[in-house]
Amino acid sequence: MSVTKDDVKKVARLSRIAVDDSRLEGLAGELNGILNWIEQLNEVDIDGVEPMTSVVEASLPMREDKVTDGDKVDDVLANAPKSEDGFFIVPRSVE
Amino acid sequence: MSASDTQTRTPYRLAGATGDWEIVMGLEVHAQVASNAKLFSGAATAYGSDPNTNVSLVDAAMPGMLPVINRKCVEQAVKTGLGLKAEINKYSRFDRKNYFYPDLPQGYQISQFAHPIVGEGEIEVDVEPAHGGEAYSITVGIERLHLEQDAGKSIHDMSPTETYVDLNRSGVALMEIVSKPHIRSPLEAAAYVRKLRSIVVALGTCDGDMEKGNLRADVNVSVCRPGDYEKFRETGDFSHLGTRCEIKNMNSFRFIQQAAEYEAMRQIEIIEGGGEVDQETRLFDADKGETRSMRSKEDAHDYRYFPDPDLLPLEFDQAFIDEIKANLPELPDEKRARFMADYSLKAYDAGVLSADAEKADFFEAVAEGRDPKLAANWVSQELFGYLNKEGLELADSPVSADQLGGLIDLISDQTISGKIAKQVFAKMIEGGGDPAEIVEREGLKQVTDTGAIEKVVDEIMAANPEQVEQVQAQKAEGHAKPKALGWFVGQVMRASGGKANPQAVNEILKQKLGL
Amino acid sequence: MSDLTQLTLASALDGLENKTFSSRELTEAFIAAVEAANPQLNAYVVQTPEKALEMADASDERRAGGKAGKLDGAPLGIKDLYCTRGVRTTACSAILGEFTPTYESTVTQNLWDEGAVMLGKLNMDEFAMGSSNETSAFGSVANPWRRNDGANATLTPGGSSGGSAAAVAADLCLGATASDTGGSIRQPAAFTGTVGIKPTYGRASRYGMVAFASSLDQAGPIAKSVEDAAILLEVMCSHDKKDSTSLPVDTPDWRADVSKPIGGMKIGIPKEYRIDGMPEEIEALWQQGIEWLKAEGAEIIDVSLPHTKYALPAYYIVAPAEASSNLARYDGMRYGARVSGDDLTDTYQSTRADGFGAEVQRRLMIGTYVLSSGYYDAYYLRAQKVRTKILQDFQTVFSDVDALLTPATPSAAFAYGERSDDPVAMYLNDVFTVTANLAGLPGISVPAALDGQGLPLGLQVIGKALDEAACFRVGAAIERAAGFTAKPGRWW
Ligand SMILES: [Mg+2]
Ligand SMILES: [Zn+2]
Repeated sequence: MSVTKDDVKKVARLSRIAVDDSRLEGLAGELNGILNWIEQLNEVDIDGVEPMTSVVEASLPMREDKVTDGDKVDDVLANAPKSEDGFFIVPRSVE
Repeated sequence: MSASDTQTRTPYRLAGATGDWEIVMGLEVHAQVASNAKLFSGAATAYGSDPNTNVSLVDAAMPGMLPVINRKCVEQAVKTGLGLKAEINKYSRFDRKNYFYPDLPQGYQISQFAHPIVGEGEIEVDVEPAHGGEAYSITVGIERLHLEQDAGKSIHDMSPTETYVDLNRSGVALMEIVSKPHIRSPLEAAAYVRKLRSIVVALGTCDGDMEKGNLRADVNVSVCRPGDYEKFRETGDFSHLGTRCEIKNMNSFRFIQQAAEYEAMRQIEIIEGGGEVDQETRLFDADKGETRSMRSKEDAHDYRYFPDPDLLPLEFDQAFIDEIKANLPELPDEKRARFMADYSLKAYDAGVLSADAEKADFFEAVAEGRDPKLAANWVSQELFGYLNKEGLELADSPVSADQLGGLIDLISDQTISGKIAKQVFAKMIEGGGDPAEIVEREGLKQVTDTGAIEKVVDEIMAANPEQVEQVQAQKAEGHAKPKALGWFVGQVMRASGGKANPQAVNEILKQKLGL
Repeated sequence: MSDLTQLTLASALDGLENKTFSSRELTEAFIAAVEAANPQLNAYVVQTPEKALEMADASDERRAGGKAGKLDGAPLGIKDLYCTRGVRTTACSAILGEFTPTYESTVTQNLWDEGAVMLGKLNMDEFAMGSSNETSAFGSVANPWRRNDGANATLTPGGSSGGSAAAVAADLCLGATASDTGGSIRQPAAFTGTVGIKPTYGRASRYGMVAFASSLDQAGPIAKSVEDAAILLEVMCSHDKKDSTSLPVDTPDWRADVSKPIGGMKIGIPKEYRIDGMPEEIEALWQQGIEWLKAEGAEIIDVSLPHTKYALPAYYIVAPAEASSNLARYDGMRYGARVSGDDLTDTYQSTRADGFGAEVQRRLMIGTYVLSSGYYDAYYLRAQKVRTKILQDFQTVFSDVDALLTPATPSAAFAYGERSDDPVAMYLNDVFTVTANLAGLPGISVPAALDGQGLPLGLQVIGKALDEAACFRVGAAIERAAGFTAKPGRWW
């Protein structure tokens, strides 16, 4: 498996990181370097091994169904780049 | 009752230019879990609050905020699973579905992808064709039910250049209920959602309020040639079916039907025109009555599901399930069976009366200690018929269960006849109140005084000797119930303004006519 | 009064308790030291002198009233990863702009509840991604230590908790919070002659800690001594209902373990930690450590952890994958620095391209790649299976031994620029520490000697799950035997 410039483009897009075309080559090289090094995992016999989902041996704790939070619109919007009338304001998300 | 679908239903066919087509549908219904607080935060789920007031820092995805699951939401999912006669998975897990959108604060939705809390189940759906045709019943397989977070709300009409975001809904628990592709017509799709809705409402796991979006459906539609679906059912091989499109987020039965009809025809035209259907997500435009593609092609989605490392697997034991099972309310199907057994109702009447918990409760209140058939008739024919015609909900009914029961009592104790009862009912609808009072006020009480009736009978017999003769002639011909007797009953009833007790009229007439 | 800043936390708490000095005096000494040193060391990215003095005065009042907490009056530095109410928190990333939390992390709240005083926020690699502190948006941190070659090259304090380690080593706080995802507490501790411990996963709450890789991140302290580390960790840890992965267990009295003898303890020496190209001095120090523990009556047992070499590559799948999702929330929509573009997508992309540094971008792209459709099984799923194998390795050896002794790092602190062009070479810094993260185990790094260049080297003790006590016992034994008292020469 080798990462191409197109793969980098796709991954950058999925990551929502603007990447200049001039950087694609370099990034592909870096990612390939890392992924090639990672390839050594293929040496490990993982037949019948369960993937780890949690190192913690405990069961999922559950909360009671009580309203204990909210009513803090000022805190919610305190760091907003833009807000008005209690709403976050963001660039238009439909045409 | 596991009516085999293919036998009782007439196939729904669409005529194309190159021959007939059939439709195959699978639905994904998102039902908002009835709970006080959100799935992973302590903020309220209340509807219609000021923007961003039902938002915790967890819902807003502030740095370092972590999810903690609401037990009630887990119980509601299990309860719903039991109601769908589905397998409950004692081990399930939450995954992250990654994508960027301003109303998705975390940049991912916490959902269950690989290991849902509820597995396969099935529900019985009654389908009643709108334009005649016989009602039939189908079994729709449930693929799975999983828990997930709702997104916030983007409002686009407050500014031409910007979007306003309200996160009140962000993090509210949803149950996504995925059906198998067992639905074969737009009508069946609507009937399926109706039934599903009646189940979750009966269980109290979702309020079913579609107008508020608390229950909405994504409809997967594909078309195939007659016979292909049967091959698919035999082999489980999806390649027998056509490419499907998913129409998102419909919150009315009518839209579901319209969208499915439109979409099937759209696909048929593409295929018959030599094209290929693209598998994609579409939106139903209710104003135009058509579906359109939702996403631009360049933005291919790759959700990169993986287990949410902020949460441990969700595990519970049989006792947890049994506890919920023990407290399960009566389900619509069970209710129907009970109505058939206890009230000797026909399957259809029992179905109508049991489909909705509110209606069922109303019926039972009316039927309590009364003639069940009479009660069923008055509730479903008269009252529901009226409400339907006026587009009213049961909650808005001008007639209470007590009042309707009172009316039935007046019929049963022969205070009024069935015919008069309809007049009284009309007055009750107009806000007339208590039926006994109406009868009293309007002087509609049945005349059972035989003397008064005899007097009327004598007068009519005297005035119509030829009719009397006809009765005698018919009797002589050996008719036990001469037709002309009916004529006399009608005359007497008319003369009494409908108030004469029809039984008494009958007896007196028979006696006087020597029958 | 001599320089109060040179006291250990334990002795400073004694001095406060005995009213030898007040918290205000102590705090003022630290504020002055930070002001003087920070232009050279760049350990603090936010200084909060007024808040510190307020907290110190409040502490002095509590002490006067006889109601002092476990850390009352002790000035500490806080890694910028911890959200602190009203104090800018950015995890040293430009993308968070001037983000100022309206809430407090559970770990720091625990510290304040016991009376600790906050001096400010400590520098770190951006989002804790790095082993040299070079990726910080606020510039790198200078290691107070220098080589004895007279060249005065600026060395890295390690990372990601570089600011924490440098601040403790340079006496700019009595102790510091840090965090460890692949070695971010233990490696900088080793590079700066300080003690750092990462507890068992789930001991400390992650609530209010800016997440890097949720299944690996753990809070812990960097301190001047093993005892100080025990005092701090005890307060930092708690069961927290706001973190679903927080363990419902009580926090033991670890300070008491520090003085317990280790006679009879079985110490495993994993042969796989003897890696190619490891400097002889490190090998020699490891051997020395074995001799010390033997001398204190421990039984040394050679053990094997066969999957050790796969830990780092597995880590570089799991950590970036989780990070790619954890950092999706930094989108400029609800907080942080928004860079407006032509449309929504452009705004997202510009915000994240400008806001994230090169290393973070690299890891986000790796993480996105290994989770993407078609690659999930080959990378992420495989890595999680390898992780299971690594955990099983530990479980097997821990049925025979009580703790493991290993070097903390494969080298001493290096100079800036010496490694940064090859990401994989940089990643190898964590080769000895990352296994404990993957398996969720506690690990402590204790300074044990100076190398030939006059730089500190550390030894690591890895314990069983929830057996931090063994780390403290064995770590303290190393500390006693090593008699490590060296301090960096003061050049700042
Ligand atoms: Mg869907
Ligand atoms: Zn869904």
